[in-house]
Amino acid sequence: MIKFLIEKEFKQIFRNSFIPRMIIMMPLMMMLIFPWAANQEVKNIKLSVVDNDRTTMSGNLVRKVSSSGYFILNSVTGSYTDAMKDIDSGSSDIILEIPADFEKQMMDDKHSTVMISANSVNGTKGTLGSSYLASILNDYSAELRSDMMQNLSISAVQEPRSFSIVPEYKFNPRLDYKVFMVPALMVMLLTMITGFLPALNIVSEKEAGTIEQINVTPASRFQFILAKLIPYWCIGFVILTICMGLAVCVYSIIPVGSLLTIYLFAMIYILVVSGMGLVISNYSDTMQQAMFVMFFFVMILLLMSGLFTPVGSMPDWAQYITILNPLKYFIQVMRLVYLKGSGFFQMIPQFLSLCCFALFFNVWAILSYRKSS
Amino acid sequence: MTEEYVIIAENLTKKFGNFTAVDHITFSVRKGEIFGFLGANGAGKTTAMRMLCGLSHPSDGKGIVAGYDILHESEKVKQNIGYMSQKFSLYEDLKVWENLRLYGGIYGMKDKEISIKMDAVLRSIDMQSEKNTMVRDLPLGWKQKLAFTVSIFHNPKIVFLDEPTGGVDPITRRRFWEQIYSAAASGITVFVTTHYMDEAEYCDRVSIMVDGKIKALDSPQELRKKYSASGMDEVFQKLAREATRKGD
Repeated sequence: MIKFLIEKEFKQIFRNSFIPRMIIMMPLMMMLIFPWAANQEVKNIKLSVVDNDRTTMSGNLVRKVSSSGYFILNSVTGSYTDAMKDIDSGSSDIILEIPADFEKQMMDDKHSTVMISANSVNGTKGTLGSSYLASILNDYSAELRSDMMQNLSISAVQEPRSFSIVPEYKFNPRLDYKVFMVPALMVMLLTMITGFLPALNIVSEKEAGTIEQINVTPASRFQFILAKLIPYWCIGFVILTICMGLAVCVYSIIPVGSLLTIYLFAMIYILVVSGMGLVISNYSDTMQQAMFVMFFFVMILLLMSGLFTPVGSMPDWAQYITILNPLKYFIQVMRLVYLKGSGFFQMIPQFLSLCCFALFFNVWAILSYRKSS
Repeated sequence: MTEEYVIIAENLTKKFGNFTAVDHITFSVRKGEIFGFLGANGAGKTTAMRMLCGLSHPSDGKGIVAGYDILHESEKVKQNIGYMSQKFSLYEDLKVWENLRLYGGIYGMKDKEISIKMDAVLRSIDMQSEKNTMVRDLPLGWKQKLAFTVSIFHNPKIVFLDEPTGGVDPITRRRFWEQIYSAAASGITVFVTTHYMDEAEYCDRVSIMVDGKIKALDSPQELRKKYSASGMDEVFQKLAREATRKGD
């Protein structure tokens, strides 16, 4: 008898004018546009330079900064007040002030101070911008020092001992944001589609009145819920496959780990979100209500999943909350498999957590579906 | 309990908070009978019917439908009944044959059985040419005809019809009653709610519900005699005048 119910769900989905298109369009949009936009690398920082020195050395410094690729030289002014005006009007993000006797100090004392002030309304831009700038300045001062060493072969000043750190970025050597974001975006997409569609499904039958007709039949709650789940399961696999295909074609991002592991985890994860959607659908009386409630939860889950901000840098209380966030586990898994190539046995904790969520939501969905009142 | 009665209600009651929608109703319906369940809007007809179908738990009293207790064996009751609601809840985005197939399948019919029976019933209601039509494209009268066919497709012992003829013209209603008669002739007990008094005349027996209570129960002829009325309409007017509840 379940066969007939599943058949009906599939027919309804494919006859819907909207759902099949969404299943194709959403992955395309998400995978083609979002990885470029959701980029946390800070570029195009607008820079105002206050050059009080106006010497060759200060000129070289400005050239060095503006040729780095991170900064757009907005203006070179003579006073800090003018530069502040640029900040106020929004045409500038960061100010580099070079003191009046910069070159002289460098020649005499081998030492000088410049000032960086950053507009930190956008915190990331402010901190990252000033740290980029600082590292460029360090480079420059090292260059100057070695130049001077050559010129003044006999130097009275002992060269300060220094060491430099050369980082090696494991698993993502070029620190490419896309490699990091794309697997997580796939999770986000699966959550949106296989979560929202079931949330709207049962409640739409309530609105149409067809649910009552099903309720007077001997179809059991388990069969009814299972028949609702299975189509979304298939849709989830289709979406995941499209996404992984696009990741390879467009970004050449290929999982280091095995595809089988990804599909295995996805299988459980789709059950989790679809189950959650069905629970919400069961408690809602109208599509609007279901939509808003689902939106509320998905929003929280996304923000607390580590998609954009690492869970590890959240305050303790927030980290405790994320224990209850299924998204967190699946995003971890996707990133681990994609970047690090982790195998199933290294991710048993995540697997067990997801299984618990799947069981919890689907049992709840079956129990909260009432055939009679 | 004898085999003769397929529906037995004893003091069946449904309360919603302080409001008693159905107030201790007691009646029984014979096998093969067309039983009319009359009442004004808001009298409690639909609530009573929903309890008998196992959609709503009674607050008090008991009911036996097709030999099963409506409270404890509601799933067994459901296996033996058909139900057609006011809204004729067919799936609008499924075709005519797909609706029949779905409900046949849910009641445990096999593919082959379904396809054989489908041709027969579509022929009998003259809808063979509409087999592949999407339900949403059918006119209201046809939807109604199909909804009734779907509700008796699995050959239930009893079919519950909740105001099945709302919103259609008298000719379509007349034809619909012909369908009901032929179902009754094949041995299906018909339990029908309505507020059209001309339809009451077609029933073997009718009960009239006022403010959640059954005020009268007999054959239309007997009721007319008892209330010295020329038609069921007049009987109804006389009883309904006592109502204090506002219709919805």
